[in-house]
Amino acid sequence: MKILVCISNVPDTTTKITFTANNTQFNPAGVQFIINPYDEIALARAIELTDGGNGSVTVIHVGEAANEPTIRKALAIGATDAVRVNAPAHDAYFVAVQIAAYARENQFDLILTGRESIDYNGSKVAAMVGELLDIPSVSIIKKLDVDGNSATVEREIEGGKELLTIPFPFVAGTTEGVAEPKIPNMRGIMSARTKPLTVVEPVTVQNNSEVLSYETPAPRGQVKMVAADDAAKLIYLLHTEAKVI
Amino acid sequence: MPVLVYAENTEGKFKKSVFEAVSYARAIADQNNTSLTAISIGNVDAGILNELAKYGADKILNVANDQLKNFVNQAYASVIASAAKSEGSDVVVISNSFSGRGLAPRVAVKLEAGLADGTVALPEQNNGKFTVKKTAFSGKAFATIELTSANKIITLTPNSYQVTEKPTGATAQDFSVEPKESDFRAVLKEIAKAAGKISLPDAEIVVSGGRGLKGPENWHLVEDLATELGAATACSKPVSDAGWRPHEEHVGQTGIAVSPNLYIAIGISGAIQHLAGISSSKVIVVINKDAEAPFFKVADYGIVGDAFDVVPKLIEAVKAFKASV
Ligand SMILES: Cc1cc2nc3c(=O)[nH]c(=O)nc-3n(C[C@H](O)[C@H](O)[C@H](O)COP(=O)(O)OP(=O)(O)OC[C@H]3O[C@@H](n4cnc5c(N)ncnc54)[C@H](O)[C@@H]3O)c2cc1C
Ligand SMILES: Nc1ncnc2c1ncn2[C@@H]1O[C@H](COP(=O)(O)O)[C@@H](O)[C@H]1O
Repeated sequence: MKILVCISNVPDTTTKITFTANNTQFNPAGVQFIINPYDEIALARAIELTDGGNGSVTVIHVGEAANEPTIRKALAIGATDAVRVNAPAHDAYFVAVQIAAYARENQFDLILTGRESIDYNGSKVAAMVGELLDIPSVSIIKKLDVDGNSATVEREIEGGKELLTIPFPFVAGTTEGVAEPKIPNMRGIMSARTKPLTVVEPVTVQNNSEVLSYETPAPRGQVKMVAADDAAKLIYLLHTEAKVI
Repeated sequence: MPVLVYAENTEGKFKKSVFEAVSYARAIADQNNTSLTAISIGNVDAGILNELAKYGADKILNVANDQLKNFVNQAYASVIASAAKSEGSDVVVISNSFSGRGLAPRVAVKLEAGLADGTVALPEQNNGKFTVKKTAFSGKAFATIELTSANKIITLTPNSYQVTEKPTGATAQDFSVEPKESDFRAVLKEIAKAAGKISLPDAEIVVSGGRGLKGPENWHLVEDLATELGAATACSKPVSDAGWRPHEEHVGQTGIAVSPNLYIAIGISGAIQHLAGISSSKVIVVINKDAEAPFFKVADYGIVGDAFDVVPKLIEAVKAFKASV
């Protein structure tokens, strides 16, 4: 089984987000970058599914050379090989076109992404890749079991879940439940240095969105404290002042 | 060129987030002096379909095709794209629900459209620039995005646009489509829903518990308060990691992002990853025994106290309040 796992490189979850250049650019100064936490779940499941030489796991990342430590980490966790598309990730559509182009050339049974990137939070790449390749996609799955030439997935819906059976090839975005993230061991870290990391040049894309600026949310007003033995007062304030109940 | 809005049904009914999307799409149509077409797919009764007229739909398309009874994103995307083409719509609005997230990117690719996902405000249109504001960095920031393509898809975050009545008197008409066989490769086997529970992404009030509640056996406090308030329940990540609560209740940067009118946090410290998922809540109440807990810094109302004393009193106070109104 050949699996492609799409990896994005995101600010560590503890990062306080700031911007530069008149709020038009994310400020990476002092920021630690990590594999997007949901992509770690996808990677872990891909490694489980190909365990014992039953196939291969290729990771793909669209981004600049500076992001290679994240790709090496994926190799250390257990991916077979890696591909970097040498271009900044302009937006989800740009990324999806690059991934689809690579997948078209290299034919995978299964393409996994995370449910969303924790920086742009689009949940877009999986479904866009599916559409570009004209294959099924499920954006947010909590379970993935393979059975011969198809898989059963559990899709998250409001207040419940759906079970779907989908023949390969298809694209799915993983979230908690699919697998536990794996921590690289010493052997993995050593072997990651020698595993193949291929750099490919991007295909041309007609961009259709541009980020113009960023802002941080307006700070909230002063917190109003209510005494622990005066629950009725809180309810009164929520009704008359905040008007939310 | 009418704006097109997809009205997602849930078991034959429309949820409030759909009326929000229709109201939002109506406002975009008004910005452009054009009309609004709504499209529904699946089995929805005429009386219910016609509710879409109340929020400003000038035309209501109904796709009642047995093959399309259940949601399959690939097939639904084809239907919506073909409706957009036949209506000549250059703006398509979709709710940012779980299904919407699987659908909108496919529609965007089909229509060669830029996609603004999870928007929280009406677009601005000045000097031929079409810009929209969306959340980014897991609620730690907002981004203003320009959609530069001729066609544009917008997915609207639930609970971020006011439902607005603007009755048109339109009634539903059939829209027939010939679905492609290859759009149905994914086959739905089963739908499982927790009966009678309010779903977290839709909830207007959320009661959430953290490690301060000590163990799953104490969750009746969270559940009882939620029941009294008509709220959904949520939890912090360590709580779902420990198996005290199911994963789908975990909110935060690596869980669900919610934007309810009221978020009540009980025994949660307020770590940056937790705040990322709840910071767009309109009003935040924090109950924590530690006056120094970081959560108080982003709260609107706070109680310093032991949850095991405070929450039962709060439940009684809500009951008394409900009896008085
Ligand atoms: C990569 C990564 C991603 C993460 N993503 C998320 C995420 O999406 N969501 C998330 O929630 N967390 C996330 N976390 C974890 C986060 O950093 C915190 O560890 C977590 O939010 C803490 O949960 P808590 O507040 O329930 O527990 P604690 O931090 O242990 O806080 C418990 C609180 O309860 C209070 N308390 C104790 N007893 C009582 C009592 N009797 N009455 C009242 N108050 C009491 C304490 O004062 C304390 O403030 C993530 C962490 C990492 C590293
Ligand atoms: N630059 C990138 N390179 C490779 N994969 C990516 C990139 N950006 C996003 N992805 C994948 O797409 C998923 C969803 O991202 P998004 O649509 O931005 O929320 C992520 O979880 C990754 O698996």
